[in-house]
Amino acid sequence: MAADKARKETIGAVRRSFAPWTDPTKTPLIRFENVVKRFGDFTAVDHVSLDIYEREFFALLGPSGCGKTTLMRMLAGFEEPSEGRLTLAGEDLAGVPPYRRPVNMMFQSYALFPHMNVQDNIAFGLKQDKMSKGEIDARVEEMLKLVKLEKFAKRKPHQLSGGQRQRVALARSLAKRPKVLLLDEPLGALDKKLREETQFELMDLQMDLGMTFLIVTHDQEEAMTVADRIAVMNQGVLVQVAPPSVIYEQPATRYVADFIGEVNLIEGTITTAGHDETHISSPVTRFPLVVAQGVDCKAGDKACIAIRPEKLRIALEPPADQTENLFEGEIWDIGYLGDLSIYHVELACGQRIKVSQPNLSRMVARPISWDDKVWVTFAPHAGVVLT
Amino acid sequence: MKKGLTWFNITSIVLGFAFLYIPILLLVIYSFNDSRLVTVWGGFSTRWYWSLLQNEQLMDAAWVTVRIAFFSSLVATVLGTMAALTLTRYGRFPGRTLFSGMIYAPLVMPEVITGLSLLLLFVAVNFDRGFWTVLLAHITFTMCFVAVVVQSRLVTFDRALEEAALDLGCPPFKTFFKITLPLILPAVVSGFMLAFTLSLDDLVIASFTTGPGATTLPMRIYSQVRLGVTPEINAVCSILIAIVTVVVIIASVMTKRAENIRQAEERAAMQ
Repeated sequence: MAADKARKETIGAVRRSFAPWTDPTKTPLIRFENVVKRFGDFTAVDHVSLDIYEREFFALLGPSGCGKTTLMRMLAGFEEPSEGRLTLAGEDLAGVPPYRRPVNMMFQSYALFPHMNVQDNIAFGLKQDKMSKGEIDARVEEMLKLVKLEKFAKRKPHQLSGGQRQRVALARSLAKRPKVLLLDEPLGALDKKLREETQFELMDLQMDLGMTFLIVTHDQEEAMTVADRIAVMNQGVLVQVAPPSVIYEQPATRYVADFIGEVNLIEGTITTAGHDETHISSPVTRFPLVVAQGVDCKAGDKACIAIRPEKLRIALEPPADQTENLFEGEIWDIGYLGDLSIYHVELACGQRIKVSQPNLSRMVARPISWDDKVWVTFAPHAGVVLT
Repeated sequence: MKKGLTWFNITSIVLGFAFLYIPILLLVIYSFNDSRLVTVWGGFSTRWYWSLLQNEQLMDAAWVTVRIAFFSSLVATVLGTMAALTLTRYGRFPGRTLFSGMIYAPLVMPEVITGLSLLLLFVAVNFDRGFWTVLLAHITFTMCFVAVVVQSRLVTFDRALEEAALDLGCPPFKTFFKITLPLILPAVVSGFMLAFTLSLDDLVIASFTTGPGATTLPMRIYSQVRLGVTPEINAVCSILIAIVTVVVIIASVMTKRAENIRQAEERAAMQ
């Protein structure tokens, strides 16, 4: 227990202070410099510049076909950039074949060799390095222990469950102690519960091994959970690169706001653009809207406010002496999820907004019901202005 | 709908199988005929199998045939596998359609044409006809069969397996022998066996391309039959039938088993 506590404290300390991307003296481990990848007429990766630091758990997030897998495959060496430079620990990777790169990949399909047992699968990479038999055996044992598969060493892949095969694939890709581990949708084939458990296991593993992990995923929750930083990609372009909380709370564009989590977008026109306050008038409500954020715009410009459903408040009565950030509407639909309720509110203009409220008290009958007239409010620091 | 066998079904099955197998069955039965007259039953005997061993002409022809079948199918397997790899792997290269068409053309080409064109080629380049020309001809026409069999396996092959091997530090050439080949081996072996049986019973192409001293068994049988069927011919044909049957059964069982394993693995992967 004491050891657990000590470990927890050290991990906490490291996780709290880990932010090499804010430190200009640090040199990145992986650098994408204006990398372009074209397949015929199609541009899969469009002028991507990205720095990834040592010991970082970095996530590439985006819908399928956004270029995230191509970006990863370029690092693994399966694709060569059409333009730009890709360096790993200062070394230019151009022309270095995949079998000479100090990175290993865990494949989406796991790609376990079906004609070899678990042990031989894990030892495969080590055998290529001309390691001695004793060393290989020791390392394989260590890996089996790491992924808790000691009893399954002699099994063939088709005799394992999905979760076990996922762990073999992980052990095999970690066995050579690569500088960077690439994970291509590593948990996509697992069911929800196992996936969540494995996410935390992956984080601990990455911490303990002190390795750099690069994960490709289309699952935003997964990226938010595991990663130190997330790069959101769309149509081959990096839209935003930031830690999960920044991606969620301060999305750079409408695309990011919409892609990560739920969001209400309120379109409007800027009336006053202050230094740390922006006033917007919107056709969806007769009340003025205020957001505690300065923008690089002038009065009269079009803008939109992005507000997460959980940052809106809903009430049956208009809040006393509030004349800003108010919407008037009618309940369109209610989704009761147990821990929260999601209210779909139709505003006078026809736009619907989502409000989620935690169900704090045990009440079978909720006070707000279908077709009720409701008032929705938000605090000035709850929204983000996007232009 | 009525299940089970109706009289119509039974009759058609019996007639169909009779049509296919009565001649062969007759041949096998008469190979055990004691009588010298092929059409008159004179009691059971295996003497023609023994006298076959004394028949040097037939034994020579059998030896030539087996050697040609073995070596031609070996080379055809290597070349056919390579062609199949190229066709499935290198998605787009100039002339791909032409190349794949040319690989498959011999499948449907009348043997007479293949044989004749090969003969013309050998004459044109002044190649002495004999063992080697038959061997080359058989490589040519069996290769495409191997390519088809191997290609059908490669289509379902997960490229990620090879990428994983490369990623783990295994160079491409070694990856082929360590990963790809063991996994497609059942298809390669079936291809080999198919090529072997095709070469074994080829008459037309061998007749066109052979020369002095390289008479294959089918050719020998054909020429002897024109002088009259001897019981020895029945015996040698029975042996040929036995060999081909065994090889075909092994090949199909192997393909079937490999297919079952692959499906089981795919099912497991879906879970």
